[in-house]
Amino acid sequence: MKPRRSTLSALYFTLLVAFLPLDLQAFSFNDFGDKSSAQQEEGAVDTQEKISAYIEHHIKDAHDFHLFSYNDAEGQRKHVGFALPVIVYTSQGVRAFMSSAFHHDDSGQYVVEKDGVSLVKYHEKIYELNEKEVHLVFDASHHPENAHAVLDLSITKSVFGFLLVSMLLLIGFRSLANQYKKRSVPIGFGRVLEPLVLYVRDEIAKPNIGEKHYKRFTGFLLTVFFFIWASNLLGLTPLGFNITGQLAVTFTLALFTFIITQFSGNKDYWKHIFWMPGVPAPMKVILAPIELLGTITKPFSLMIRLFANISAGHIVVMSLISIAIIMKSSMGVVGATALSFALSFFLTLIELLVAFLQAYIFTMLSALFIGMAVQEHDHH
Amino acid sequence: MEQLINDFSPGLFIMQSILMLVVIFLMVKFAWKPIVSSLEEREEGIKKALESAEQAKAEMQNISSANEQLMKEAREEREQLMKEARDTKLKLIADAEEAAQEESAKIVAKAKVSIELEKKEALAQIKREAAQLSVALAEKILKAELSAPAKNAEHIDKLLKEVSLKS
Repeated sequence: MKPRRSTLSALYFTLLVAFLPLDLQAFSFNDFGDKSSAQQEEGAVDTQEKISAYIEHHIKDAHDFHLFSYNDAEGQRKHVGFALPVIVYTSQGVRAFMSSAFHHDDSGQYVVEKDGVSLVKYHEKIYELNEKEVHLVFDASHHPENAHAVLDLSITKSVFGFLLVSMLLLIGFRSLANQYKKRSVPIGFGRVLEPLVLYVRDEIAKPNIGEKHYKRFTGFLLTVFFFIWASNLLGLTPLGFNITGQLAVTFTLALFTFIITQFSGNKDYWKHIFWMPGVPAPMKVILAPIELLGTITKPFSLMIRLFANISAGHIVVMSLISIAIIMKSSMGVVGATALSFALSFFLTLIELLVAFLQAYIFTMLSALFIGMAVQEHDHH
Repeated sequence: MEQLINDFSPGLFIMQSILMLVVIFLMVKFAWKPIVSSLEEREEGIKKALESAEQAKAEMQNISSANEQLMKEAREEREQLMKEARDTKLKLIADAEEAAQEESAKIVAKAKVSIELEKKEALAQIKREAAQLSVALAEKILKAELSAPAKNAEHIDKLLKEVSLKS
């Protein structure tokens, strides 16, 4: 069973890697900048640069929940969505207000005055203007010159998404838990959830951690698995969440695995790091820093893998969708739309698989690392 | 890499860490613990049910073998009883035969004794009769002889010879 699973995951992995060049191509549309669009509507995303910027913007976290924009009869750009709370820790203390205060400005032009603090939003980052400055000035490499970043504890789109996913998980699994009070075999949606819980417990936690210790970690592994999976799936909806594509989110997840691994490590684990048994003394000295580095690179790879896969997936899907706009002039509306639909449809199917696969890989490797830390070496 | 570091939001990291801790806590407390314990309970129940079924099967086997044993014993006992009955019957018959023989022998012996007695009686009677007859005869002969004595003497001799007693 096990070797087959690993070959399968290796296969999917190759598939994923194969898509990475595509995503670079999506970026390289920039170089052929087609500026000859006949009539440009104000704010419409219809050129390759704008599409690239739009995708780049989507990949990032956002301070408001933006669904779509359109131009009304007067040619005014209208945005549909809702504002999210901004909570920032500035030099003058905490400031909280709704993100609508920025009036959809993301270029650092609109200055929000809050009790003696001037705040601007530039590329979804909130900067505090230095004292007595009235607007943002950029240096040569387009970095804000007269402002500094603040600690941004806002309920951003990703935090909002996290709360949404957590709510869904809590409601779903709480109802499953309650079902067991009445019957031993759940009905309805619980029948879907139960095998998934069993899968994580029996196929991920038990074989990787070992019969003796796995129970302590199932809670964490189940939470991580379902959180990543649900977040990935939510990212595929047109709501435009990109929770697991945020480096800070995957970093947090990986950090949890790292901390749990280190704190549950037994004597053997540390001995294998600092004084590897069974090798000559000079080798032990050489291996110690390598092993020590290994404890960090393992969760680091977890962080990068999840972040890169989900970001790449979003970029590729959006790029393929944008074919409908970019190829309109050369292929016609119907041809471009059909091509875009076919490709993005196919890729979205793969992304559905990737959504599960990444959740599985993250959880499985976390379990594996924890398993290495708690495993008892009775051989040698 | 610089882009990545620039995109990394410390605020999001802090929020995420806090929320993650809360969510893990809530999920473990309200979802995973009850779910996993129910699942384990169910698995334990299934395991126990299977075990008890196995046990019941073994018990049934035991019972049927015990039954067989009982049957066998009963059969043996019956055989034994039959044999005893047969023996008793044979013995009874033999005893009865013996008793009958004894009885008949006794009866025969008694009959013999009584026959002997009767015979003796009869003989005695005959003797008495004969004596009386002979006396009567003699009287008659004497009477006649007295009338024709020579001739009669011869005749008496002859008669007496004829009336000789066997015993």
